[in-house]
Amino acid sequence: MLQYVFRRLGMMFVVVFGASFLAYNLQAYSSNPLSVFTESTEQNKNFLIAKMIRDLQLDVPPPIRYFSWLRGIVGGLWGDFDMGLSRNDIPVIELLGQAIPVTVKLVITATFLAIILGISVGMITAIRQYSRFDYVMTFISFLLYSLPIFWVAVLLKEFMAIQFNDFLADPKIPPITIAIFSLTIGFIFAGFAGGTRAQFFAIVAGGAIFSAAILTFMSGSNWFLEPALGIFGISFLALSNAAIVIQLISGLDSKKGRQAGFGTAVAIAALYYPLQSLMTEDASFLNVLAIFAVTISVGIAIGYSISKIDRRVYIRIGLFTALISTFPIILDRFMKEFPNYMNSDAINNRPVPTLGQNNDMLTPEQLENFWISGLDTAIHLVLPTIALTLISFAGYVRFSRGSLLEVLNMDYIRTARAKGLTERTVIVRHGMRNAMLPLTTILVNDFAGLLGGAIITEGVFAWKGMGQLFNDALRGYDMNLFMGVFILSATLTVLANLVADLLYGVVDPRIRIRK
Amino acid sequence: MSKMKPKSEVVLEKDENEIANRQTAGLSQRQIVIKRFISHKAAMASLFTLIGIVVTVFTATGIRVGFGSFGFTIPGWWQFSITDIDPYGAVAATCNGGVTGCPTLDLAPSFLDGDGVQIGDHPFGTDIIGTDYFALVARGAQQSLMVMVIVSFLGIVIGTIVGAIAGFFGGIVDAILMRLTDMFLVTPVIVIGAVIGFRFGNLGVIPLALMLGFFAWMGLARFVRTEFLTLREREFVDAARVAGASNRRIIFKHILPNAMGIIIVVGTLLMSSAILIETSLSYLGFGVRPPDVSLGLLISEYQGTFSISPWLFWWPGALIVAIALCVNFIGDGLRDAFDPRQRRHISAKDRKRAKEMKGMQS
Repeated sequence: MLQYVFRRLGMMFVVVFGASFLAYNLQAYSSNPLSVFTESTEQNKNFLIAKMIRDLQLDVPPPIRYFSWLRGIVGGLWGDFDMGLSRNDIPVIELLGQAIPVTVKLVITATFLAIILGISVGMITAIRQYSRFDYVMTFISFLLYSLPIFWVAVLLKEFMAIQFNDFLADPKIPPITIAIFSLTIGFIFAGFAGGTRAQFFAIVAGGAIFSAAILTFMSGSNWFLEPALGIFGISFLALSNAAIVIQLISGLDSKKGRQAGFGTAVAIAALYYPLQSLMTEDASFLNVLAIFAVTISVGIAIGYSISKIDRRVYIRIGLFTALISTFPIILDRFMKEFPNYMNSDAINNRPVPTLGQNNDMLTPEQLENFWISGLDTAIHLVLPTIALTLISFAGYVRFSRGSLLEVLNMDYIRTARAKGLTERTVIVRHGMRNAMLPLTTILVNDFAGLLGGAIITEGVFAWKGMGQLFNDALRGYDMNLFMGVFILSATLTVLANLVADLLYGVVDPRIRIRK
Repeated sequence: MSKMKPKSEVVLEKDENEIANRQTAGLSQRQIVIKRFISHKAAMASLFTLIGIVVTVFTATGIRVGFGSFGFTIPGWWQFSITDIDPYGAVAATCNGGVTGCPTLDLAPSFLDGDGVQIGDHPFGTDIIGTDYFALVARGAQQSLMVMVIVSFLGIVIGTIVGAIAGFFGGIVDAILMRLTDMFLVTPVIVIGAVIGFRFGNLGVIPLALMLGFFAWMGLARFVRTEFLTLREREFVDAARVAGASNRRIIFKHILPNAMGIIIVVGTLLMSSAILIETSLSYLGFGVRPPDVSLGLLISEYQGTFSISPWLFWWPGALIVAIALCVNFIGDGLRDAFDPRQRRHISAKDRKRAKEMKGMQS
């Protein structure tokens, strides 16, 4: 095992070395920093050219110049790591240090959303293969797969930001919009649920009436200006989330499962008012962690007290119900801060921004307030997150659908059915778990790829992350900066490949890594 | 959710196999694939749409043959070219309270808005100075389609060769070629594309596409290698070797035809990602440069005027989506057609017909 890891690490060095050599020469030969002088009329032009040649070592051929750069990187082996200076004389490592958190912030929500939504939708389409829902989702995922992200981004800016801000001036939803929107939601619900034709239309009608009622309430009560979930919203979300968790872990027909899940949901809802005391104006991230600690321990305690037999199952139900149900409580607190945020001078009643990663005009007090600065970050994240999620969602849908379909055709699924297991156990335990195996490889690689891959999104939304750094490096003929971004994303990709292979050996007992 | 698979479904499964077998009885592999592809409605519709788009954009504004001053242009049937400026037409098509150059295309029949169906002088509108937008979009789509074809052709050829050699010979050759593939693969495509485009974008679309094509083969090479690794262990390869066939003959005559499915499917996916990469690069300013046009360039140029003249933004985007969507659906149809494990959905009509046929036989 260890031998395998070392062999792979050795191979990794060779690959990264080769790739960086290739990239260095590609970039060096394809750019000409002296071209800025071709139209220069300055008197000391020749002096400036000579200075640039000396500063950038342009008289040294790129393949040799590469090794002087490489020396700084290899120096890391004996504690003399040096990525060089950018053209503005700032250490590259410092620039990377500033850019990485920004990119991580940008991509992490979108990736999680895309993975969760994509895998669940993909698996449902596989279970309901050749249903209406399957056809519609297949079409939608192909459509999303074909969308250029820069185009989506411009559309989002127009409709989600500019027009939504206009809408907020007088947040009344016209009845026709309510009708269309609620019908769509009804159809989505019904598609998820499936069933006979009569059941299908009953769910469509029920879902439509339910969402129409909510939308009418939101429109009538100025909800968009003073949003809140309230105790009813929290209870509803906690109970429905508990239902999903129970169905996935023990099945809704298990009485003790219901007790653990719904019991936790009720407890979380009851904790809503006491927890408010932890979410004061001067709260910090630690308070949020404390809230999670409280709710999760409540969930585990309830799961533990349900039964001695199969205790782990009920603890799991309590834990996941508590974990997921806590998010609405935090969200509710952020929502309560929205009117203050909205009316502040920096925002001027147009909250959804089209550019940037935070609002520069917030006052220092506002920045110190955890809720307001958090809200600011969240609102700046909305558009890029939607864009990134839409694009990568499609891939996960296609992949998880194909993966589950493949697994469901296996002999062991037939065996599971033949020995009389419930359909839920067959699909969740035998089907989904095995279908998740090949997904691990994709997930790990995607996380690594995202650091270098959000170039377009960062550009369109003016975020100063890795993509922007790369863009600056390319346009500014900044060799060290370019190689800094490159070596980081290349190393991460190769490492992710190794991690994915090792992980695959761990999660799939059929695969044993060769000694 | 039902607890057990109903009995009728088990019987159906048997029927389905029978129907599927009857549908393919007595046909060669190629005939089965073609038949299955044709019965894939979405793929066939996409194929015809794509052919329609290609024919329209390539014949509309004419094609330039040859390079630089040595070329000549085959004229197209459309009345404007990308260099013609028609300010009077732009002013004539004023709408939305003074915005010039609105699209004159009107698909709503006369009882809805009173104008009736018409194409008009500038169906897609004009840009700010009066250049016909249909001509611009058609030219942009030509460029993007050209990049798509060249990149995927090069990617398929190089990927197949590398993958085939690595998979067939194995050992040290395989190790070296695969490490080489990894080296190319660790760099995000958009990064390589940007470096290349920065240098070759101004030379025009063909050199750009050729260079991009040299960096588009890695994914396919991996797939082809895996396919070759399994195929070379099969009995028919041993049989060919015993019969004295050379390596070249085994690769080209015996293994490659069997790996054609995966090559075509991955190749199609390569096409749809190629068009998205070209448009993204042009959008970022690393691809096709003005005065030439490309769909991505048009979007980046007119995204700022979205609220005034949205059609300048809609048309090129819609065309990118249409092309990529068609290619993706064709790829899906091909995958279904080539995958023997994939049981096609058998409609109620097929089932009924099969039952009738069974009744006639007995």
